[in-house]
Amino acid sequence: MINTFIGDLGHASVIVAFVAAIVAALAYFMAAKGKPLGDTDLNWRNLGRGAFYVHTIAVLSIIFSLFNIIYNHRYEYYYAWSHSSNYLPTHFMISCFWEGQEGSFLLWIFWHTLLGLTIIWFNKKWEAPTMAVFAFVQLFLTSMILGVVIGDLKIGSSPFILLRDFMTDAPVFKLNPNFIPKDGTGLNPLLQNYWMVIHPPTLFLGFAITLVPFAFAIAGLWKREYIAWIKPALPWNLFGGLVLGVGIMMGAYWAYETLNFGGYWNWDPVENAVYIPWLVLIAGLHTMVIYKRSKHALRTTFVLIVTTFLLVLYATFLTRSGILGNASVHSFTDLGLSGQLFAYLAAFVVLAIVLLVRHWSAIPATEKELTTYNSEFWVFIGVAVLCLGAFQVLVTTSIPVYNSFLGFIGIKSNMALPADQIAHYTKFQLWMGVSIAVLSGLAQLLWWQKNDKSKVMNALAVPLILTFLFVSLVYMLGKIELIPKINSVSYFVLLFVSVFAIFANLSMVLTLVRRKVNLSGGGIAHIGIALMLFGILFSSGYSNIISKNTSGLLYSRDFPEDINRDNVLLFRNEKVQMGPYDVAYRGRYFEVKDFPEYVNKQLLFQLPDEHQALVRADIKYQDKVYFKTGDTVNIYPENTYYQVEFKNRETGKAFTLYPRAQVNPEMGFIASPAIKMFSNKDIYTHVRVAADDKEKQWSELKEQDLAIGDTLFLNDYFAVLKAIEPTRDVKGIELGANDVAVQADFIISGEDKDYHAHPVFVIKDNLVGRIPDEIEDLGLRLTFLNIDTKNNKFKVGVNTTQKDYVILAAIEKPFINILWIGTIIMSIGMGMAIFKRYKETKTVTNPDAGSSKKRAVRNKQMA
Amino acid sequence: MKRSHIIGIGIIALAIGIIISSAGDASMYVSFKEARELASEGKTSKVHVVGRLKKDAQGHIVGMEYNPVLDPNYFSFVLVDTLRNEQRVVYFQPKPQDFERSEQVVIMGNMQKDSFVADKILLKCPSKYVEKEIKQTASL
Repeated sequence: MINTFIGDLGHASVIVAFVAAIVAALAYFMAAKGKPLGDTDLNWRNLGRGAFYVHTIAVLSIIFSLFNIIYNHRYEYYYAWSHSSNYLPTHFMISCFWEGQEGSFLLWIFWHTLLGLTIIWFNKKWEAPTMAVFAFVQLFLTSMILGVVIGDLKIGSSPFILLRDFMTDAPVFKLNPNFIPKDGTGLNPLLQNYWMVIHPPTLFLGFAITLVPFAFAIAGLWKREYIAWIKPALPWNLFGGLVLGVGIMMGAYWAYETLNFGGYWNWDPVENAVYIPWLVLIAGLHTMVIYKRSKHALRTTFVLIVTTFLLVLYATFLTRSGILGNASVHSFTDLGLSGQLFAYLAAFVVLAIVLLVRHWSAIPATEKELTTYNSEFWVFIGVAVLCLGAFQVLVTTSIPVYNSFLGFIGIKSNMALPADQIAHYTKFQLWMGVSIAVLSGLAQLLWWQKNDKSKVMNALAVPLILTFLFVSLVYMLGKIELIPKINSVSYFVLLFVSVFAIFANLSMVLTLVRRKVNLSGGGIAHIGIALMLFGILFSSGYSNIISKNTSGLLYSRDFPEDINRDNVLLFRNEKVQMGPYDVAYRGRYFEVKDFPEYVNKQLLFQLPDEHQALVRADIKYQDKVYFKTGDTVNIYPENTYYQVEFKNRETGKAFTLYPRAQVNPEMGFIASPAIKMFSNKDIYTHVRVAADDKEKQWSELKEQDLAIGDTLFLNDYFAVLKAIEPTRDVKGIELGANDVAVQADFIISGEDKDYHAHPVFVIKDNLVGRIPDEIEDLGLRLTFLNIDTKNNKFKVGVNTTQKDYVILAAIEKPFINILWIGTIIMSIGMGMAIFKRYKETKTVTNPDAGSSKKRAVRNKQMA
Repeated sequence: MKRSHIIGIGIIALAIGIIISSAGDASMYVSFKEARELASEGKTSKVHVVGRLKKDAQGHIVGMEYNPVLDPNYFSFVLVDTLRNEQRVVYFQPKPQDFERSEQVVIMGNMQKDSFVADKILLKCPSKYVEKEIKQTASL
C-alpha cells in the first residue's frame, strides 16, 4: 500500500521551512535595520528568532521523512527507488540520502541551521544582521527542494515525489496506479565506500561554515563595524579551512581507494570547484591574521572573505547545473535548476559587490609601508600567490562556462579543457607549491623575530643547513636506487623548498615550546602543508607503473615504439613477472555476510535468490569453522573480488590483494582498486578488464566411457575417476525416499594442485537429472551422463572453455603516506589555532590593546 | 611608486600571463577532417573529437578490434564524427568495458600517420542520462 503520509509530511515541512526562512530573513532585517550593532529591535528579533526555530524544526522533519522513506524501502517514492535497494547495508543508506542532489542540498541546509543556532545562542550582539544573511541563504537553498511548478516555471526539485508522478508514461501505472516496485535500482557502486558516508557531510559542513565569516563581513559592512567583525569571524574561518581541507583530502582518499583513475587527484572540474574556494579561504585567513597584528590588509580581507563564499556558490553552480556534462565524470545530472542556481549566485554576487563598493572608502586602510624584513610583507606575498593559484584553476575550470556563455549570446565556440589536464595544472600549481613552501618557512621565522637582519640570518642558518643535509641524503638514496631518483630541476626545487619549510617551521615550533610561549598552531599547520607537498612530489611525480607488458611478444601494430603498454594480462594461476614481483591471479571471490575474509566463489553455489549461496566445503578463518558444508550463507553478489598474489622474488615475502569490480546494470564494469601499504610506498592495483562470466563459450560436449580407475585426458590436464558413490546431499534438490543420486569422484591434476570434481547423476520421480561440476581454475566442466550397469562403465561428458583471466594495472606510489600524515598534522595545527583564536574572542578587554601588549611580552621573551 | 603598487602591478601581470598561457593549453573540439589538416601541418597538439561508433544496417558495431589474449593494450575502432567523417582510432589501453553500449564517444588525442591515437576516451552511455526504466518483472 502506498504510504502518502510520509511524503506529504516531508513536502509540507519543506514549504514550512521555506516560508519560515522568508519570515526570519525579513524579521531579522527589520530588527537590524537603521540601528547600530547590538541595538536591535526586540520585537522583530523575537519574531526572526522564532521563525528560525520553526525553520530548524521543519528541516529536521524533512530529514526525518526522507530518511524514513529510504530506510523503510518505500519504493513508491522516486528518491528511494532510484538511490536505494533492498540489500543495502544501513550505513550505505545514509549515503543514498545524499546521493541525489536534493539530499545533498538538504545536508547543506541542515548544517546552516546548526550554525545559525550557535550564532543565535553565542553571538547575541551580532545576531540580527548575521542571521538576516543566514535566513536569506536558507530561503534560496530551501527553494531548491521546493518542487513547485507554476506554469512553465519549475521552482526546486522535491525529493518527495512519487514514482508514478515522476514516470507518468510508464505503462505499469496505467494498469495499476498503486504499483510499488519490489526493489530499488540501488546506490552507485562507486559510492559504496565508507568514505562516502563521511566525506559529503564533512565537505558540506565546510561549505556551510564559509557562510559564517561571510555573514559577519556583510554585517560588518552593513553596520559600519569594519573592524569588530574580524574577531568573531577569525576562528570560524579557521574552522572552515580545517573542515573544508579535511573534506577535500577525504575526497582525495576516497578517489584513491575507490575510483580507478590511478590517483587521489585528477584535476576534475568537480574537484577543482572545492579546491578554489579553499585556497581563497586560506588566503583570507592570512590577511585576517595580518590585520590583527599590524592593521594592514583590511580591505583585502573583506574581498577575500566575501569571495570565498561566492566561490562556494559558483562551485555549486558548476557541479549542479549540468554545465560540465561533457567535461566531468562525476558532476550531478541536471535537474533543470540551472536558472534558479544562477539566480542564487547572481543575487549574492550583486549584494556583496554593491555593499563593498558603497563602503569601500570608509574601510580603514593604513598608509604604513611594509619592509622586506617584515613578516607581514611575506605573508601578504603568500596570500597573493594563493589567490593567483586559485585564479589559475578557476580560469581553466570555467572553460565549459565560456562555451555556454558564448553560445548563449550567439557565438559558436569549440574550446575544450586541456587534453592533458594534469600537465596543464601541474605547470602552474607546482610553482605555487614552491612559493608557498618558501614563504611559509620564511614568514614563520620572521613572524616570531624582531625585524632585523642579523636575527633573521641566525634563525635561517640552522634550517638551511639541515635542509642541505637532508636533501643530499635524499639525493644519495636516490642514486643508490633505494628511493626514486630526483631527475628534474623543478622537482628538485620542490623537494628543496618543502624540506626547508619543514625544518624552518619545525625550528620555530621547537623554539616556542622550549620558551613555553604560546604554541604556534600556524607553524604546525605549515609543517603539515610542507609534508603534503613532499608526499605529493614523490607519490605523483615518481609513481611507477610496474604492470608493464613484459611478455616479450612483438606485434606488428601501428606505432608501438613510444607507447607505454601499461597493463598485463593474467591467466588464472599463471605466474607473470611484474617489477620485483611474481604475480598470479588466483580466482574470483565473494564477500560473505558475517565472515571476516573473502570466500572463493568455487566454494559457493549460488541459489536462485542470488544473494544466497550454499556452502560446498567448510569455511574456516583462523581454525574457527564459520560455516559447514551445506549451510546457506548470505552473499553480496554485486561485487566480485579478484584474488591476486604478489611474491617478491628477492625477499620471498608475499601478499594478496583483492581488487574489486562490480558489473552494474546502469554503469557497466566498475572497477575499484586494492592497495597494499608499505612504510615507504603503496602498491595500487586495479582490474581493467575481466573475462566475462556470462559470455563464456563452452566447447562441444565430448563423451567418454570410463571404468573406475581410468584416466581421462583433458586439454593440458588429466583426470582419474576415483570412485562412484551414492549421495544424499544434492545442491538445490530435495531428495525423496525413492529417489537416487550418485556422484562421480574425479581427481584432476592442475598446475599447482589437485582438484576434485563431483558431477552428480540423479533419478528423482523417475526422471533423470544431471548436475555438472565446473572447475573454474582449469576451464573444465564434467557431466555425469549415464550409467552402463551391464559393462560397469560410466559415460562422462567434458566441455572446455577459455581460461579465466584479468587484465591488471599495478602502480607503485612512493611516500604517499607522507601526504596523509601531512594532512593530519595540518589539521592538528589548524585545530590548535582555532583554540587559540577562540580564547582570544573570550577576552573582554579592548582587543587591539590586549594583543599588542601580549605581543610586546612575547617579543621580550623572544629577545 | 609605492611598493604595494608594484606588487599590485606584478599580480595583474601574472594573472594576464596565466590567462594567456591557459588559453594556449586549451584544447578544441574538432572534426576528423580538421584533425587530419592539423596533423598534415605538423601540429601535434591534442584535440577532442565527438562521435559515434560505426554501425552496419543491422545496428552491429563494425571495425572494432580487441583481442586481450594477443595484446591487452591494443584497442582499435572506427568512429564517425558529427560531420560523418569516418576514422580509425587506436587506443593503447584495454577496451573500456561498456564501450559497445555507449551512445556517444568523446576522444582526446591526435592523428598519427593514418590513425587517430586516443589518449583518453569518455563514454556517454544512454542509461546514465536517460531515465531508468522500471523492471516489469517486479510484481506483475
